[in-house]
Amino acid sequence: MSLRNVGIVYRKELTEALRDRRTLISTIIVPLFLFPVLSVGFGALAVSLVGKAKEEVPKVMLRGGNDSPAVVEGLKKLDKIQIVPDTADWKDQIINKEIRAAVEIPAGFQSDVAEQKSDTVKVYNYEGEMKSEFATEKVETYMKEYRDRVVKDRLAAKNLPETVLRPFEVTRENVAPPEKVSGAAFGGIIGYMVILLCMTGAMYPAMDLTAGEKERGTMETILSSPISRMHLVLGKFFLILTAALSTAALSVLSMGLSFNVLGHYTGQAGKGGSEAAALVLKLGPKTVLSVFLMALPVAVLFSAVLMTIALFAKTYKEAQSYLTPMTFVVIIPAIAAMLPGVELTPKLSLIPILNVSLLCKELVAGTYHWNYIAIIFASTSVYAAAALFIAIKMFQRESVLFRS
Amino acid sequence: MIEARGLSKRFQDKKRGEIRAVDNVSFTCQPGKIYGLLGANGAGKTTTLRMLATILEPTDGTATICGHDVVEQPEKVRANVGFLSTATALYRRLTAQEFVEYFGRLNGLDEATLKKRVDDIFNRLDMNGFRDRRCDKLSTGMMQKTSIARTLVHDPPVMIFDEPTNGLDIMTARTITSFIRECRNNGKTVIFSTHIMSEVEKLCDTIGIIQSGKLLAEGTLAQLRDQHREQDLEEIFIKVVTPHYTAAEAN
Repeated sequence: MSLRNVGIVYRKELTEALRDRRTLISTIIVPLFLFPVLSVGFGALAVSLVGKAKEEVPKVMLRGGNDSPAVVEGLKKLDKIQIVPDTADWKDQIINKEIRAAVEIPAGFQSDVAEQKSDTVKVYNYEGEMKSEFATEKVETYMKEYRDRVVKDRLAAKNLPETVLRPFEVTRENVAPPEKVSGAAFGGIIGYMVILLCMTGAMYPAMDLTAGEKERGTMETILSSPISRMHLVLGKFFLILTAALSTAALSVLSMGLSFNVLGHYTGQAGKGGSEAAALVLKLGPKTVLSVFLMALPVAVLFSAVLMTIALFAKTYKEAQSYLTPMTFVVIIPAIAAMLPGVELTPKLSLIPILNVSLLCKELVAGTYHWNYIAIIFASTSVYAAAALFIAIKMFQRESVLFRS
Repeated sequence: MIEARGLSKRFQDKKRGEIRAVDNVSFTCQPGKIYGLLGANGAGKTTTLRMLATILEPTDGTATICGHDVVEQPEKVRANVGFLSTATALYRRLTAQEFVEYFGRLNGLDEATLKKRVDDIFNRLDMNGFRDRRCDKLSTGMMQKTSIARTLVHDPPVMIFDEPTNGLDIMTARTITSFIRECRNNGKTVIFSTHIMSEVEKLCDTIGIIQSGKLLAEGTLAQLRDQHREQDLEEIFIKVVTPHYTAAEAN
């Protein structure tokens, strides 16, 4: 094998790729800006939206309560909600978001409480709607505090300590370090993004260097030169791989930087204290490097598979229609890895893409299962080598190169 | 020198079944001579030339170019061949010089020889005005010159031209025909395909008439005129081709 010839083809393809706007966008611009936009941009947007929702004074409709003035007064005095009078269409008003919730005080509630009879206060809301949930939370908090006061008074009247009703407390405490907590929360999405970007980085050059070359009429030109088809396909393959790896490297780098910036920002903001800091992903150089290393065989696999498929197409457009469904083939296992409870097993570590996604999740959480890392690296390398072998074979088939 | 012996190419077509694009074609092209392959569209000219250039592999038969077999030693064959057709396009994002240099390197030239060869060709073809211009910014004439430079960069002894003037304006076509003549004068073996009678009359030392993949007649222009008792090449062509053409159409 002549590395010189492979190098000549590679250098020429690289020169062309660096002069092509579409390749530069998919390989450099998208991975460099996607993570900052997603993490910092969307993070800031989410924080601001939630903050605004919390600041809003929600309208809560009071139903009943005419014979329970103390409770009603208490609710009206809450500066966090605005009590509105009862109307018949209260349900519609909640659904149409005109009011955020409704609280129903049963008849004789106050006297029932005094006589130690049990009653139920109902809070109606729009489940899943953020502002309605906030309003419900506020009403519930008030009613629970009211109930606690009643209980406290009753116990005091009978000279009993509060521990009669609460003999012990149950608390939970996290022992996992913050990077593992954040890794478990964000690890899945990191693997997913890296894999997806690795593929999109390879996709454009794969089409351009095969179907694009056929369409522009340069395939016949290059085939008339003395270079062997194997050297030609390897030169092209290495360029596609470079694009995939650049995309992966830039995305991992940009991801690491943007999460660090986000961590710094939330740390300074101080709101939410340690809880907020724990939820921000911490990516050290070791994690970034290991995620990138695991992306390596995946990039080889994608480059070879995409090149082989695109080679069948006669035109760039046709190649696009073949490769677009491939995105789903990649997204499905990558999403499956994000599902809660899906963890690495010996069988799953043999399924391409899914295995690397799952492993990325572990790596981001700072867990290194060396046996799985070895299996996944080896199996993905085998798949990648097989795909490359097929690509070389396809390049030697006239029916593929000159399909009409 | 080119020697084709029983060269054949069959394709499988889903609708039409087996197609004999080239059927048992044999001929010889000598150095310092131009062999013209004359045929209508779809006659088998391009497939024949692609087999000689080792872009396609023959189904049966073979050919040798400068003693190298097209099936056994395709890379050596290509190193001895300059192949030009209207289908051999340029890499749009490379400059004219980068494009020619790329093919020089693929042909194994070292950097010093390559530089000398490129300078020489660019001077000879008057290409210095656009050597650093990207191929997608070149005029048709400039593109053709760049393609010619590509075929010449490794100074091959055999030149294959597949309908090289197809679709070109008269001035650009003239550049190509003078280049073909120059190749002959430099002692290269030249084969070119066309369906333009005037080109054949002006350029070719030997003419082969091909139809339905078969080489139906071969000889110098004088020999063909003698054999078919016609002066006009077009009339000769029609006489030779019509029976086969009608049979092929009927099929």
